[in-house]
Amino acid sequence: MTKQILIIGGGVAGTIVANGLCRQIGPELTSGAVAITMLSASDKHMYQPGLLYLPFGKIRESELFRDQRKVLDKRVAFFVDPATNIDVKAKSVTTQSGKKYSYDYLVIATGSRIRPDTIPGMEEGAHWFYDLDGARKMRDALNDFKGGKIVVNVNAPHKCPVAPLEIVFMLREYLAAKGIENTEITYTYPIGRLHALEPVANWAGPEFQRYGIKSEVFFNTKSVDPKKKTITSEEGVTLPYDLLVTIPPHSGQQVIMDSKLGDGGWVPTNKQTLLREGSDDVFIVGDTTNIPISKAGSTAHFEADTIVDNLASLIKEQQWSRNYDGKVFCFLETGMTTGTYVWFNYVTPPNPAPPSQAIHWFKLGYNRLYWLSARGLL
Amino acid sequence: MSERITIDARGAFCPGPLMELIAALKTRQIGDEIEILSSDKGSVTDIPEWCKKVKHDCLSVDEKEGYWSVLVRKAK
Repeated sequence: MTKQILIIGGGVAGTIVANGLCRQIGPELTSGAVAITMLSASDKHMYQPGLLYLPFGKIRESELFRDQRKVLDKRVAFFVDPATNIDVKAKSVTTQSGKKYSYDYLVIATGSRIRPDTIPGMEEGAHWFYDLDGARKMRDALNDFKGGKIVVNVNAPHKCPVAPLEIVFMLREYLAAKGIENTEITYTYPIGRLHALEPVANWAGPEFQRYGIKSEVFFNTKSVDPKKKTITSEEGVTLPYDLLVTIPPHSGQQVIMDSKLGDGGWVPTNKQTLLREGSDDVFIVGDTTNIPISKAGSTAHFEADTIVDNLASLIKEQQWSRNYDGKVFCFLETGMTTGTYVWFNYVTPPNPAPPSQAIHWFKLGYNRLYWLSARGLL
Repeated sequence: MSERITIDARGAFCPGPLMELIAALKTRQIGDEIEILSSDKGSVTDIPEWCKKVKHDCLSVDEKEGYWSVLVRKAK
């Protein structure tokens, strides 16, 4: 009887799991002992971190996409047919087309989505770069921008935790290079410092001072008024803007909520085994978990590697291989020509490296190397 | 009927206990309680300070063995 591994979601996490498994359980796939199936909402695979560069004209849209079928190992059965219901008791997944898939092991990699619709006025009044359409509109807005007040507004929860700071430093340098001097940038953040990572916040403070960037901490967005061009916080502060760049709040996917697998679309997950709480055959990976660590591509990557090792060991030897150590690694652009990075895990605190051109160039290099990661080669 | 959930944010460097609380509050109903477990001593002051600013109820801050438990009720 063929063991069925079903992966829901064709983003970075699901794709690394699928391709990594193919590299580890080749004989079992060839003999028909195991089969891998992936269900996705799209036939395209997008390199999401590349969206950061799109508003500045630093990357072409075509560089962000590949055909998912070509990114995936040929041994993975791939269907563009998103899951609409997950029944972990019946070990069955229903899709948009009405098909049902049963599984022996399920990997849920449905990811997160931006929810500007949850804050009154945000969809009408703000720009963002966290999806393709938003990044295109932000590029147009920047092309038209002649100077004034820019508010960079950060909401929780959100993925890619350093992107809000990156966009601030890149905006400053981009506008200076265009000769637009009459600009004031104000950055808002939900908690009482400039970044969730204290060492990053401590680094960003003097940088903000050096470049005259203003900040408003303890700012949790209540509403945006697109007509008056103001943004107001739950804490009672209202800021005027000429251009509002927001990092919208995120939620998990609707299928998670509809299947009653977790509040907000986040699935309760054991932070070491990456198994769904209460299941021994359902792995959760990437943004979909409720683990209290960064929602980031690198998190998804390191979690996916762990799941590959464990699934391969369970299939080959009925043994557990290893636990996830909480590793996260993030590049951080500190302008258009310099960058730094930070890494940490459950027990090692972060400590950002001094910014340098070399790190910036390495990040630009990774923008291309990503496709090797997705294929499970890097 | 009000519910109570616990978020174990011990050892969470990013996004950290307060950001986890802010995110969790968005998924809860008024009257629900959230217990945050934190190994960051900063939570002892920054969570109550934030609750006061946005008018949620910080019900208790208890020191445990090597960590803190902060109990918050969603008030609006």
